[in-house]
Formats: sequence, structure tokens, C-alpha cells
Amino acid sequence: MEMLSGAEMVVRALQDEGVEYIFGYPGGSVLHIYDALFQQDKVSHILVRHEQAATHAADGYARATGKPGVVMVTSGPGATNAITGLATAFMDSIPMIVLSGQVRSDWIGDDAFQETDMIGVSRPVVKHSFMVRDAKDIPEIMKKAFYIATTGRPGPVLIDIPKDQTAPNVKNPYEYPKKVKMRSYAPVSRGHSGQIRKAVEELMKAKRPVIYAGGGVIQGEGSELLTKLAHRLNFPVTNTLMGLGCFPGTDPQNVGMLGMHGTYEANMTMHSSDVILAVGARLDDRVTNNVKKFCPGAKIIHIDIDPATISKNIMAHIPIVGPVHQVLEEMLSALDEHGGEPDQKALERWWEEIEGWRKVHGMRYETNENGPMKPQQVVEALYKATGGDAYVTSDVGQHQMFAAQYYKYDKPRRWINSGGLGTMGFGLPAAMGVQFAFPDATVACVTGEGSIQMNIQELSTCLQYGLPVKIININNQALGMVRQWQDMQYGGRHSQSYMESLPDFVALAEAYGHVGMKVTKFEDLEGAMNEAFALKDRLVFMDIYVDPTEHVYPMQIADGSMRDMWLSKTERT
Amino acid sequence: MRRIISILMENEPGALSRVIGLFSQRGYNIESLSVAPTEDSTLSRLTLTTFGNDLKIEQITKHLNKLIEVVKLVDLTEGAHIERELMLIKVKATGAQRAEVKRSVDIFRGQIVDVTSTVYTIQLTGASDKLDAFIGAIGETQVLEVVRSGVSGISRGEKVLSL
Ligand SMILES: Cc1cc2nc3c(=O)[nH]c(=O)nc-3n(C[C@H](O)[C@H](O)[C@H](O)COP(=O)(O)OP(=O)(O)OC[C@H]3O[C@@H](n4cnc5c(N)ncnc54)[C@H](O)[C@@H]3O)c2cc1C
Ligand SMILES: Cc1ncc(C[n+]2csc(CCOP(=O)(O)OP(=O)(O)O)c2C)c(N)n1
Ligand SMILES: [Mg+2]
Repeated sequence: MEMLSGAEMVVRALQDEGVEYIFGYPGGSVLHIYDALFQQDKVSHILVRHEQAATHAADGYARATGKPGVVMVTSGPGATNAITGLATAFMDSIPMIVLSGQVRSDWIGDDAFQETDMIGVSRPVVKHSFMVRDAKDIPEIMKKAFYIATTGRPGPVLIDIPKDQTAPNVKNPYEYPKKVKMRSYAPVSRGHSGQIRKAVEELMKAKRPVIYAGGGVIQGEGSELLTKLAHRLNFPVTNTLMGLGCFPGTDPQNVGMLGMHGTYEANMTMHSSDVILAVGARLDDRVTNNVKKFCPGAKIIHIDIDPATISKNIMAHIPIVGPVHQVLEEMLSALDEHGGEPDQKALERWWEEIEGWRKVHGMRYETNENGPMKPQQVVEALYKATGGDAYVTSDVGQHQMFAAQYYKYDKPRRWINSGGLGTMGFGLPAAMGVQFAFPDATVACVTGEGSIQMNIQELSTCLQYGLPVKIININNQALGMVRQWQDMQYGGRHSQSYMESLPDFVALAEAYGHVGMKVTKFEDLEGAMNEAFALKDRLVFMDIYVDPTEHVYPMQIADGSMRDMWLSKTERT
Repeated sequence: MRRIISILMENEPGALSRVIGLFSQRGYNIESLSVAPTEDSTLSRLTLTTFGNDLKIEQITKHLNKLIEVVKLVDLTEGAHIERELMLIKVKATGAQRAEVKRSVDIFRGQIVDVTSTVYTIQLTGASDKLDAFIGAIGETQVLEVVRSGVSGISRGEKVLSL
């Protein structure tokens, strides 16, 4: 058998897992591994400018490809800088492996230089973690880590590696395990057939059904089957923020996003429904509004791979624990066996009602004749300029909601954002990860002047690797989402929600070696967008000035039911 | 409602902290906890008592089951079971009280395991409410120190929690 050092084992295991990219930043405790990386060319290391960005880049890569993202950081500050990225991935169930260096085994617990109890600090935000106690265990630990991160409900896994375990002079036999055997971890592989048949019966009886599809459909590669099922039944489909793209955004059956900033018709459809088929969605508080008033007449069929999600916030009448792909497949064949059809008369009436709701709000917004541009116009222009076919990453705030509402995602994995944690600073590094995965694809990062400054140093990484990301900075000169809440709930007192000294983003982009563009007038917008996207191999930073007073609507009224919404600054349901 | 949850988990460093962490992270309470290796040295048996309605307990057990190191678990209170806790208790024993304490110990089937001229150290096992009752019977003012092991439990009959 081959004899390898711990450092070589780490790198070899990455190769054996087929890892293309590892995003990281070196430091004392991982130098042995960096030396082993240097001596091979199968795994490319991407040097970011801040460890948080490494985690988001790996995360973006994972969301766009479905493959796990891999990160390497040094001990102490390098490791703690990775925490926000771990938490972001954890909340959105993203497969990720973080390798963190640790001080020598015999120094652990002594407050050694750059020692942090990373297993302890990360514990609540990882799916699992390992500490390497013996270099011989590295192949097995690596195999298990990838297995755990990518199976069941995906999530980040941390491996903490004391420096002595990677010492170049200590060699051990290396063989990468072919299979994982873990008596204590067995993700569900099939949903219960009886429950699936019961669900089909319920769907057949439904008069006001809705399919509520979330991020799990994308994660579980269930988009095609879901689309097939929805078409077959002619039921309306709504998506969570995380589920956008799992059912085509332009499909007439799509009633749009639901929840806090969901469409009027999606929230009305949910509230008035009699059967909800929730697929890979976790009935999050941004969706349900007050759980006591949630969809009073609905029977809930809930498909999720994680039993702890089911009946956590809302009781499910028919729980189905299983992978979305397998369950939907079986549901389709159960439909065939059943042979019946949903109640067409009722469906017809249901669709009439929904079409009526569509006309009520229709995602309209007011434009200014001579005043500043509206942020919605920017997203619509982006949609047009990219033919609706870009990978769009986003940061967190109003711009995120506009990018979710006004860009129609027809394919899964095209819309990439931090939903569960809502991490400002996610967008640019995530876009880097996507661009690495798909070098020829159009990648746009929709951001705000607040969020972009949380990881703006990555402009330097983009230059180093020639990443032609297009940054769409929707500049409202304010922490807009915070400002909106202050307008609505704090009497317009804008406590710390605007920024008085914004940088000259064009000059900044240029200083980093990129192209900068400033757009202040709507009539220049389309031309500027086309110009930017024509620059295929350059990063373009578009600094687009918009109306600082704009709000995101619809917006659910706190503590109400799903149908209680503000539709504009003055109209409510 | 009070529940006794018994967990079989990998006997590995860090496993216990994950169980404890889960409780504090999700705002569940642990009333008592006891843990030790089993006859199979790769496995530990952890028993904890907690309070909650059915929904909450269901969430707790689901989340515990998700922990990678948890191999199996059972809510003992769901079926017939035997519950035991060990208590060592030091009580004042002077004058007339000396005989009184001794009588209580006998009634509760405890043992006096150490004696000085003023103090008895008593060992008592039983369900937690029996131990509570003993403290009540002695009177709290008499008590100098209490150590309790936390509950451990096992199902009645042929049911076993094993691999
Ligand atoms: C400013 C802001 C505003 C927001 N407003 C909204 C809003 O208006 N509407 C909205 O919807 N969200 C909104 N969110 C996002 C919200 O916080 C949640 O992140 C989101 O609703 C969760 O989406 P989801 O239910 O699809 O679950 P996800 O977080 O995507 O979870 C996926 C679920 O699928 C399951 N799963 C994973 N893989 C599989 C598989 N293979 N098979 C079966 N199941 C699987 C998982 O167990 C999990 O339960 C907002 C976030 C921010 C930051
Ligand atoms: C790291 C982090 N800190 C704070 C917040 C709270 N927060 C949510 S949205 C927002 C404002 C974002 O401002 P900007 O990026 O300019 O976007 P806008 O809302 O103006 O479009 C803030 C501060 C957050 N989500 N993430
Ligand atoms: Mg802003």
C-alpha cells in the first residue's frame, strides 16, 4: 500500500472525491497541507481575500452544481472567520466540507497561539464535525465527511486537523474507502408507500389545491418530476425563496413566490386552499406568518427528508419522510394506478379565482417620470439583458427581494441566495464560486451598497482568476430593508440605516483592475446593461442609483394570516 | 409531562457535548443526566429526564436521532419501565434525631454508609419521587448535603435497547 503523510492523505482524498476546487487561505497550522497541494495539479486551490468569502464561494459552487463545496482555513482567526459561512450553509442545507487547521495535538487546551476550540465553536452550525486524532484515520474521516455532507438533508461538515497529524515525515498506508459504514447514520431512502397512496387520494379529492415547493426540490434534483406532477394535475404552484426555479418561473401555473414578500395571488391561493402539497419546504416563519392563522381550511401533505422538519411549525396531516425524487416518482406512478382525475369542475372554478387575484396587484409598482429610477426596473432590465438565462446570486436586503420577484427563474440552481441566515456579504463570493463551476456562463450578482461592502475585497480575487462576474449594485444609498421596517414600524426614524460616505464604486472597481459604470438615469439603463454584458471576459461593477424611498411589496402584516398584506405604502388587504 | 429518554450512542469524545448542546441550543431543559459506557465499550448509554408536551418531546427525539453519534434511543416513559436513581445524603444526626433519622432510613430501605457523632451519610436508591419523599420526611433543615446520580432506567419485560 502507498505510504502517505497526513497532509498528502488530505489532498489525495480530495482527488479521490473528484474535487475540482478548494477555496481557502493559508496559515501556520495548514502549511503542511498547502505544501502537499503545491506538489499536485488535480485540485485547484483558489486564494480568496477573507475566509468568510472562501465559505460563500464554496457554497455558491455547491448550490450551482449540486456537488459539495470545499474550504480550507488555518486555525484560530482563519477558522472563526469561516463560522458565518458554515452557518449560512447550515441554514440552507448546503453540502460543504470545511478543513480547519488546529494547533499540535499536545498543545490543545493550553491556549496555544491561534488555538480556538473549533469543534466547540462550530457545533451548532454544522451537520457534523470530526477531529483528527490519528493521521491513519484521515481517509476514513474524509470519506465519512463527504458522505454525511451530501446525503440525507445536506449540510456542512467540519474536519479539524491538528498540525502534527499532517507532518510530512510521518507516513501511513493510504487506501481510500469505497464504502461508508456507519451504524448510527442511515438517511431515509424511501418514503412510505401507504402514505404516498393516501396523499394521492387526498389530491384527487381536492377542490382548491396548491403545490408549495421549496429548496429541497432543488437539492434533491426533483424539479423535473415536480414539474411533471404539477402539469399532470394542473394545480397552481408556489415557490419559497429557496425554491425559485424548481418549477419554471414563466409557467402559467406558477403563481409566484409565497410568504412575507410573496405575490398577492400566491398568498391568497395558500390561504384559501383545501389541500397543500408541501415538497422540500420547511414552513418557515417568513412563509407562514402567524402559525395559528395559517391556512385554516387546508389539509397538509408534507414531503421532506428530515423528519424533524415535519410538524415542527405546522402539523402535517399526511407526513411523508423521504427523498423528494423517489417520493415524487412513486407519487406519479400511484397516480397512474389510481387512474382517476382531480375534480375538473372545481379546478376550473379555482383557477378562475386565482386569475382574479392575479389582476389585483400583479407586482405593479409606481415609476417616476423624472425622478430616480426604481430598483424593480433594474431587475427587469437585468432579466432582459440576460435573456432570463443568467445565474443570479444576491446579497441580503430589498435588492434580494426584488431579484426574487422580478427575475423569472426557469431552471433550478440559477437563483443563489442566503435565505435562512440572510447573510449580507454572500453575493459576490457566491458568484465567484458559480463562475468557477461554469466559466462560460453569465453570472450576475445583485447587491446593495451595504451588502457589497461586506466582502468587497473579493474584487481582488476576481482579478487574480479573471472572473467576469457582473455586479449589479442597486444603490439606494441606504440599508434599504432596515429603512423600510423603520418607515413602517418606527415612525420613519432612520436609526443608523443610511450611509453618509459611500465610496466612489466606479473608482473602486477600477482600482481593483475592473470596469466600473455608474448609471443614474433610467434611459441609460438598458444601454449600460447591454454594454456590460457584452464585456464577456471582464468583471463589470454597475453602480446603479435608485430611489431610496422605495419599499418591497407585497408585505405580510406581522402576526396576521398569509392573506394579510400591505400591497403598497397605502393599500392593504 | 416528565419523560425519561434513554440513548445509546457512540462512545466517542465530543458525542456528549453534542447532546447537551442540542438541548441548550433549542431551548429544551435537561432535569437530570447520567451517562456511562455499556458492556460494549464502543457504546455509551445516556439517560436524561426532561419535561414537555408530546409535540415538544417528539421534536427532541427527532433532533436527537439526527445527531450522527446517536445510534438508538427510546422514550422509556412511553411504556412500562423501571426507574432508579442513587442518592447519597448527609444529614444532621444528634440527640433524639439520631434515632428518628435511622427509622426513616429503614422505612425507605436506605443504608447508613458512614457515621460520625453528629452526622449520618445515607445511601438510598429508587425512583426520583421516592428520593424526594425521603428528603421531605427527614425535613430539609436536617440536610447538610445531597448528591444524586440522575435517573437511569430500563424497559420492563423483553424489550431491550441494543444494536
Ligand atoms: C430578507 C429576507 C426575506 C425573506 N422573505 C421570504 C419570503 O417572502 N418568502 C419565502 O419563502 N422566504 C423568504 N425568506 C427566506 C426564508 O427565511 C427561508 O430561508 C425560506 O423560506 C426557506 O425555504 P424552504 O422552505 O424552501 O426551505 P429550505 O431552507 O430550502 O430547506 C429545504 C427543505 O427541504 C428538505 N430537503 C432537502 N433535501 C431534500 C430531499 N432530497 N428530499 C426531500 N426533502 C429535502 C430539507 O430537509 C428542508 O426541510 C426571506 C429571507 C430573507 C433574508
Ligand atoms: C451580516 C448582516 N448584518 C446585518 C443584517 C441585517 N440587514 C438585513 S437587510 C440589511 C440592509 C442591507 O442593505 P443593502 O445591502 O444596501 O440592501 P438594500 O436593502 O438597501 O437593498 C441589513 C442591515 C444582515 N442581514 N446581515
Ligand atoms: Mg442599499
